[in-house]
Amino acid sequence: MRFLTTIHKRGLSQIQLAALLMLPALIVIFLITFYPLAQTFLFSLEDYNAKFATARKFVGPANYIKLFLDPDFRAALRQTLFFTVVSVSAEFVLGLLVALVIHRTFPGRGLVRAAVLVPWAIPTVISARMWEWMYNDQFGVINDILVKLHLISAPVPWLGQPATAMWAVIVTDVWKTTPFMALLLLAGLQIIPEELYEAAKIDGAGTWQRFRRVTLPLLRPAILVALIFRTLDAFRVFDVVFVLTRGASGTRTLVVMNQEVFFSFLEFGYGSAISVLVFVFVALFSFLYMRGLGLRLETA
Amino acid sequence: MKRSGLSKRVIPWGEFGFYGSVVLLVAICFFPLYWAINTSFKTHAEIIQWPPSWFPTNLTVENYQATFEKHPFGRNILNSLVVAGGTTALSLILGALCAYALARLKFPGKIFIVGAILMTSMFPSISIVSPLFVLLRQLRWLNTFHGLIIPYTTFALPLTIWILTSFFREIPFELEEAALVDGATPLQALRLIIFPLSAPGLVTAGLLVFIAAWNEFLFALTYTLDDSTRTVPVAIALFSRQFEVPWGELTAATVIVTVPLVLLVLIFQRRIIAGLTAGAIKG
Repeated sequence: MRFLTTIHKRGLSQIQLAALLMLPALIVIFLITFYPLAQTFLFSLEDYNAKFATARKFVGPANYIKLFLDPDFRAALRQTLFFTVVSVSAEFVLGLLVALVIHRTFPGRGLVRAAVLVPWAIPTVISARMWEWMYNDQFGVINDILVKLHLISAPVPWLGQPATAMWAVIVTDVWKTTPFMALLLLAGLQIIPEELYEAAKIDGAGTWQRFRRVTLPLLRPAILVALIFRTLDAFRVFDVVFVLTRGASGTRTLVVMNQEVFFSFLEFGYGSAISVLVFVFVALFSFLYMRGLGLRLETA
Repeated sequence: MKRSGLSKRVIPWGEFGFYGSVVLLVAICFFPLYWAINTSFKTHAEIIQWPPSWFPTNLTVENYQATFEKHPFGRNILNSLVVAGGTTALSLILGALCAYALARLKFPGKIFIVGAILMTSMFPSISIVSPLFVLLRQLRWLNTFHGLIIPYTTFALPLTIWILTSFFREIPFELEEAALVDGATPLQALRLIIFPLSAPGLVTAGLLVFIAAWNEFLFALTYTLDDSTRTVPVAIALFSRQFEVPWGELTAATVIVTVPLVLLVLIFQRRIIAGLTAGAIKG
């Protein structure tokens, strides 16, 4: 190739040039993710409180043993799984409905698609505070609406009681992330050839059957991608919980607990053990998903 | 609609249902923003009134004034602009160089490098937050702009590299080749040929990085110590927590930062949707 020889004439081999171009990005990535990740693992084997930085002591798996015996950790794990399963399922069902709606051609579709991006674009912290105000037990509009619809007889402190707090957090998260899910599914819907629907119609398939037999199977890859992304995100939920409840009323998820252990108690050793577990969960999960997807890196 | 309009005048209930759900969908998407706008223009007396009014009866801008006068909110916005802008610039520069190598050059171990870069996009930020805190403290980078920009850049790079690599691949080889034959260095070819031609890719990646950096919370909460570097999400999350929450001022603050972002999204929706879905397919 002429391109090759031209570079070659300038005294740099392709490999050298590639190394030169990639080095800055790779150094930053190494320094800020891989190196700290290795350190987190080392911290997790230490008795390390950041308040007394000098008194670090290697303790082996002690933090992990403590973790498995810690009822707080088990509660946080349970709450995280509950949050993840419920919010991702709700987002999937609603996201699919939204995707089917905005896939159809109708006047004003562009505007509707843009509107759907609004919840996604608002920073989580900010939308969570908007919802916090709407959930307010004394002046909140949600209580106002539900009282007017006679669904509740008196205002409810949604965020203040264990029976409703997690659900309130989930509703906020679903509002925020369903659009993202819908867009991923929409991208999948758009590559299904129209002819397949025509053929199914000629063969006498009804709307439901076309959905079951054509849409769903062909949408499978898009569904998997959307689910993997949302599940990983939901498992790491932090912002929305921190703002709405600070982890009170049975909403303390793993990352919320982890952040508290780190920066309220400064227990870097014990906190790191939690972090390592979060990382392992996420890594395992991504690996299994990738396997399921049969994604090949060569295509990258 | 064709189906229903011929001989019999059938009422198209399905169509009503469809448009009804579209209207409901749009209403739900906008409602929290509407409610914040509504609250932000009310007087304090009207805010703490039950039942709440759906439109402000006495329009006032006092909440907007108070947001800037009683809180360092102007400073927070400036901080966020610096951090998000810096992150965008740095990610685009580092990302473009790396993407150019991945798209154009042949070298061993490419799959390994791509895999490592994509892997970092799966790292939960909580897993590195504490050693990074220790590192930034040692470097005296806590409570500085670069102490946020550099970590943010790392998280932005996988997506940037991914989007830019696919854009660079679309550009025909011949153009670059011609430039190189004419005596341009590879970096000049990158600057004069590739960058201008991949402008849509740069805009898409830049927008997504900017929005992500603007929204980031955990690192910003941990690595900023006071209002000299505190970004908007942290300021909003900590908005007068100790006492009663000043809902008028808080909703005014949320409206101030949300409206420009919403406009940005409405203008660039096509680019954003393309970038988001491309970013997602990376797996």
